Amino acid sequence: MGKMLNVSSSPHFRHGDTTSGIMLDVIIALLPAAIFGCVSFGLYSAVIVCVCVVSAVLFEFLWNIILKKPQSVGDLSAIVTGLLLGMNLPPKTPLWIAAIGSLAAIIVVKQMFGGIGFNFVNPAIAARIILLVSFPTFLSGAKNYCQPFSCDAVTSATPLEAIKAGGVDPSTFDLKDLFFGNMSGAIGEVSAFLLLIGGLYLIIRGVIKPIIPLAFIGTTALFTYLFMGFDFKVTLVYVLSGGLILGAVFMATDYVTSPTTNLGKLIFGIGCGAITFVIRKFGSLPEGVSYSIILMNILVPHIDKLTAKKPFGFKEVKNNE
Amino acid sequence: MEKERILTPIKRIKTGISLPHFKGTAEKETVAFSPEKVFIPVSMHIGAPCVPTVNVGDSVFVGTVIADSEAAVSAPIHSGVSGTVTAISKKEVGGRATDIIEIESDKKMEKDPNIKPFSVKNQADLIEAAKKCGLVGLGGAGFPTHIKLNPPNSAKIDTLVVNAAECEPYITADYRECMENYNDVIEAIYLIKDIFKLEKVVICVEANKPKAISKLYEIATDKRDKDDTVKLMKLPTKYPQGAEKVIIYSATGRVLPVGKLPSDVGCIVMNVTSLGTLYRFIKTGMPLVSKRITFEGTAVKEPKNVIVPIGTKITDVIDFCGGVDENYSKIITGGPMMGTAVLDEDAVIEKRTNAVLVLNSEKDEKSTPCIRCGRCANKCPMGLTPAKVEAANRIGDTESYEKLNVNLCMECGSCSYVCPAKRPLTQVMRVAKAELRRKK
Repeated sequence: MGKMLNVSSSPHFRHGDTTSGIMLDVIIALLPAAIFGCVSFGLYSAVIVCVCVVSAVLFEFLWNIILKKPQSVGDLSAIVTGLLLGMNLPPKTPLWIAAIGSLAAIIVVKQMFGGIGFNFVNPAIAARIILLVSFPTFLSGAKNYCQPFSCDAVTSATPLEAIKAGGVDPSTFDLKDLFFGNMSGAIGEVSAFLLLIGGLYLIIRGVIKPIIPLAFIGTTALFTYLFMGFDFKVTLVYVLSGGLILGAVFMATDYVTSPTTNLGKLIFGIGCGAITFVIRKFGSLPEGVSYSIILMNILVPHIDKLTAKKPFGFKEVKNNE
Repeated sequence: MEKERILTPIKRIKTGISLPHFKGTAEKETVAFSPEKVFIPVSMHIGAPCVPTVNVGDSVFVGTVIADSEAAVSAPIHSGVSGTVTAISKKEVGGRATDIIEIESDKKMEKDPNIKPFSVKNQADLIEAAKKCGLVGLGGAGFPTHIKLNPPNSAKIDTLVVNAAECEPYITADYRECMENYNDVIEAIYLIKDIFKLEKVVICVEANKPKAISKLYEIATDKRDKDDTVKLMKLPTKYPQGAEKVIIYSATGRVLPVGKLPSDVGCIVMNVTSLGTLYRFIKTGMPLVSKRITFEGTAVKEPKNVIVPIGTKITDVIDFCGGVDENYSKIITGGPMMGTAVLDEDAVIEKRTNAVLVLNSEKDEKSTPCIRCGRCANKCPMGLTPAKVEAANRIGDTESYEKLNVNLCMECGSCSYVCPAKRPLTQVMRVAKAELRRKK
């Protein structure tokens, strides 16, 4: 017959999951919390998130064009980065700062180190920290934050800032408000409820394992309980406010910058939780989630090396019983 | 009481993957077919290739030895048809120039007059039987069975693991052996059990084959099994359950150390079709001359199991089985995970072939950069990290291969299967293994 046959190395079929499919799942999981933030903090916050997403995609697109690299915007990872960055910004951030954040995330942190898969720290978190240290007046302090549904009128410190700088008693917060997002904070971090639903979606879809979020949140909660007066309510206030849930579920679980083994993930999560607590309790900053993740990101190669798997049958020598 | 005979795995691997089954041919009776011409390669096993013992023009019968070797690790080859040797030519098979013995069938399928039942009284007889039968591991490995039945520490062997897992999608050839020839399997099991004085025989089937389980259950409850040695084990439906190290781990809880053979942990692992074939040789004297294969795939119109003489061309199988969709683009011998994509339709059915899959053109999936999701490492049944090997390969760091234990890879394909970035991980593992072999 002489038909030309397709020849390739086995296996001859593959699972349907793709990188872009995984990114799409992350976007789907993030959207409820993002939309909630945009609704509660008003139209301007939605514009911030859109600027972050669009500029992130645009920067990646232009980078590939200018450097004549294969176009990679189709993998949707730039959208995830932009979305995460937007969700991490205060609802009153100037738009040009949002765009600079995307530039830092996509060009400096991601593409300069080789693009997707090669960045050694999470681009969105690194960008947020770059903005935080470069433009502190726009990123922190009560004037950049506001109360839900009255964002134009009333500025308001985030719960953690109120506790740290304003001396507010943590036990005066209403847990229901904190859980459902009726508080001041970054656009996407306020609704613990919707973030947890998003996290559950990712776990059910097999995109992430629950190890890092549980270890991260658990460690922060445990330390808070042990060192802040053995008070359940205070512990929950610290867990539900700030960026802990968003960071633990969506940023610390980033594949590229977290360990691959289960033990490694556990160590990574505990490390993040411990650093978060230390910064919150002893640092001059009100919040430490971003710094904890970025510090643990840097340790990932070492954690991976320490927890590397042993091949099957490698250590067992005595099994002839 | 009887329930106890169906065991659950003693240990379970935490790795491995879930695959679709596609076992559509499972309940179809096997049909037999013989082509007009067979093309038998002289090397269908691990070890030394055979040398043709016939010349062009010779008459041969079904079961006549046509190629043999003096080497210890080898297996003789027999004709599967009666007729005349028309040519002996060299052809490239799997990267090696191999003699191909071409036999034209006279359609009579006459048996060789020298074929007579073989009596087995002790281990030496059994080894001789396996050798005369030309038997090799029919699960796909192609390792000569007579070597397997002659381990250096025969006295220490206490367990026979019967591999009926058939964990690759599509293939049902072993399943049909269990259903159609389970008597032969029973006899072989008791023969080996008595000769090696085994303490335990574990017949392993994946849980997705309930009928095979109930059939094999009859072996496990056979009246001859007075001392309660033969057990049936239901394995989880998880690929690669049938891999040697994995099945030993599941069946006995023993971990096969790196670089050791199953006999080092007191086990013999045999494929269920190998056992059936061995007993049929002892009963009738007919060696391994034909093979049951599963003919399936997305381009196949009438999937079925078919028994054909070894050396039958794939084209003949396709024609006999009612043809295939014209747009097919790939032919695989073996399963979709570990099988080989053949270069052309002139490829033939070998001893270790258990399936021919004809597939329609698949989506062309481009590789994207590794996102370090860790799935390849988490699913690798051998506990390797294919992504690291691939990274080393990319930068030409061949020094790392040894440290990354690439030689332990059995090429099961799980890493490539799960990779969301569609990276050719299994292929790179193969390249790395070859590189490591070259260095040694």
